[in-house]
Amino acid sequence: MGGFFHRHRGVTPYLLLAPGILWLGIFFLVPMGFLGYQSLQSGIFPDFRFTWEFSNFSTALTDYHQQLIRSFVYAGIATVACLLLAYPLAYWIAFRAGPWRNLFLLFIVAPFFVTYLVRTLAWLNILADQGPVVRVLRDVHILAPDGRLLATTFAVISGITYNFFPFMALPVYVSLEQIDPRLLEAAKDLYASSFQAFLRVTLPLSAPGIVAGTLITFIPAAGDFINAALLGTPNQQMIGNVIQAKFLESLDYPGAASLSFILMGTILVMLLVYARIVGTEKLTG
Amino acid sequence: MNPRMTRDQLLRRGAAGITLLSVPGLLAACGGGGGSQSSSKVNDVLNFSNWPYYMDTPQTLAKAGVHKPTTLQQFEKKTGIKVNYYEDVNSNPEYFAKVQGPLSHGKGIGRDIIVSTDNDRFLGEYISNHWAQKLDKSLIPNIANLIPAQQHPPFDPNRDYSLPWASGMDGIGWDEKLTDPVTSVKQLFEDPKLKGKVGVWNSMGDTLGLVMLENGDDPSHVTDSSFNRAIARVQKAKNSGQIRSFYGNDYATHLSTGDLAATMAWSGDIANLADPKLHWAVPEQGGIIWTDNMIIPLGGSVPTASTYMNFMYEPKISAQWAVGANYISSVTGVKPGAEKLDPKAAENTLTFPTAKTLSQMHQNDPAMLNNSDYNKKWLAVQGQ
Repeated sequence: MGGFFHRHRGVTPYLLLAPGILWLGIFFLVPMGFLGYQSLQSGIFPDFRFTWEFSNFSTALTDYHQQLIRSFVYAGIATVACLLLAYPLAYWIAFRAGPWRNLFLLFIVAPFFVTYLVRTLAWLNILADQGPVVRVLRDVHILAPDGRLLATTFAVISGITYNFFPFMALPVYVSLEQIDPRLLEAAKDLYASSFQAFLRVTLPLSAPGIVAGTLITFIPAAGDFINAALLGTPNQQMIGNVIQAKFLESLDYPGAASLSFILMGTILVMLLVYARIVGTEKLTG
Repeated sequence: MNPRMTRDQLLRRGAAGITLLSVPGLLAACGGGGGSQSSSKVNDVLNFSNWPYYMDTPQTLAKAGVHKPTTLQQFEKKTGIKVNYYEDVNSNPEYFAKVQGPLSHGKGIGRDIIVSTDNDRFLGEYISNHWAQKLDKSLIPNIANLIPAQQHPPFDPNRDYSLPWASGMDGIGWDEKLTDPVTSVKQLFEDPKLKGKVGVWNSMGDTLGLVMLENGDDPSHVTDSSFNRAIARVQKAKNSGQIRSFYGNDYATHLSTGDLAATMAWSGDIANLADPKLHWAVPEQGGIIWTDNMIIPLGGSVPTASTYMNFMYEPKISAQWAVGANYISSVTGVKPGAEKLDPKAAENTLTFPTAKTLSQMHQNDPAMLNNSDYNKKWLAVQGQ
């Protein structure tokens, strides 16, 4: 066998790639093909026919552009909120937590030991109208006497921020943790203030973590439907909720498939623009 | 001919064949196993899919003061058929989405009986797409005990494909700590004191049925104008902020925690919550009654399923089930049977509604439930 690999060196990378490609082929490309085929069908359940029905896409955009825009706005706000919360925390853990680093990292990951659905359901109790949080906020007049937290835009965006927080915190931490402290010392030797050293050394070196964190937070958040379904009302429905309802409630498979493609396409375009702005080398770290 | 070439060709064709065969094979494997083969003989196992909390258990029976083996245990002992009872129906659309793939290819789903509700479009879909098999009535002599009101439903006029499992009622539930009694949809939608604390269902038949009754329209014969009137009324209550949101079964949680002061609610749920501050009533303009129906999906064993259905239509058995499960049975003579088991349970008007309550009940129009245009409008009100 060793002889074979030696003689056919060019083949080895392909052999190593084969399992991954097979996996992607079966579980990504084949379903994508089905989805694409379905998105161009027409008819009423269960008699769908393939008719190159491109109008599915235009109809979906006309009917649901509101939910589509809302998804990106919510995901965008949640991503920025995650970054603002995660960066100082990751910074502190990387540079100041000393021997307690791993413990604090564990705290960030701990909520992940509970399933996504249950984590979100927990907020139903925490934010309940008769619950302690709302009662305190009413008492200190932050909320009106009949005000509420649940079933609001605030609740949905907070839910997304909470659920995707570790996706932001961990990559940012990893990039901060890799920074050689001698670089900061060197900056100070060259008369940089702490703030200047952060701005000129730390921030640029942690950029790959920020970029990676932004992407893996924003992309799934834009397609999320659990938070809007559990913490929101019809006024907070996101594109994921529409796709779910089209597949399960109205049995409009072509409509749901075309919406899925629109979501994917929009994310892809945003990703390309983002990559253009920040530079591709940061995407790959 | 060169024998080497032949072997090469054979290998190549074989490989191509395996590739072609294995892709659908893999996909089929992902879709779960097929069902038991249909045959005329009674199997020794029955696979049954139902909603949760829908069966008498040793605990619920003990609570009702009945000390007998459960109906499932009695069935197994009497017939020697082992029952695999799956509580895996959580919503009609979800279950349908899960099984429609194999059924549409004429494949079984590993179940002999599944349960689907008559005020959603899916029960009709199973039957009209021929995904449900005909009952073997020769094995169900107890079908004679089916109450007259259930003998000729529009989705299955001769009961060839389905038999009722249990019924429940659509009404209004409220929390007496947060509101006065709420006894009409008008009050639910217009009382300013309830603003933002009102729940309605996300299922069209239930919600619009009650609204149509409030509008003075007949939910059993829906026209475009009565449908639009009902939708407009829900839309108005939603836009004004009166309706907090649209719920599935989770409305019960929100009613318990006080997020909702009043909500459209199913009769059995309020009974099962057993919370003294919660009340339930049929709206003054009337309520909707729905029924979960047993059907035999493709691939299921008709004789085995029919044998079980016949057993459950024994009045004594159905009485014990009703006492243990707290739902309405469609079998005649259940009430006297229940009185014998436990006089107190027989007084429960949710399990045994009075004749007056039943006279206020209406059924949904199946044509409305199956209208995809209506379904689209209904989802649009919910922001979907």
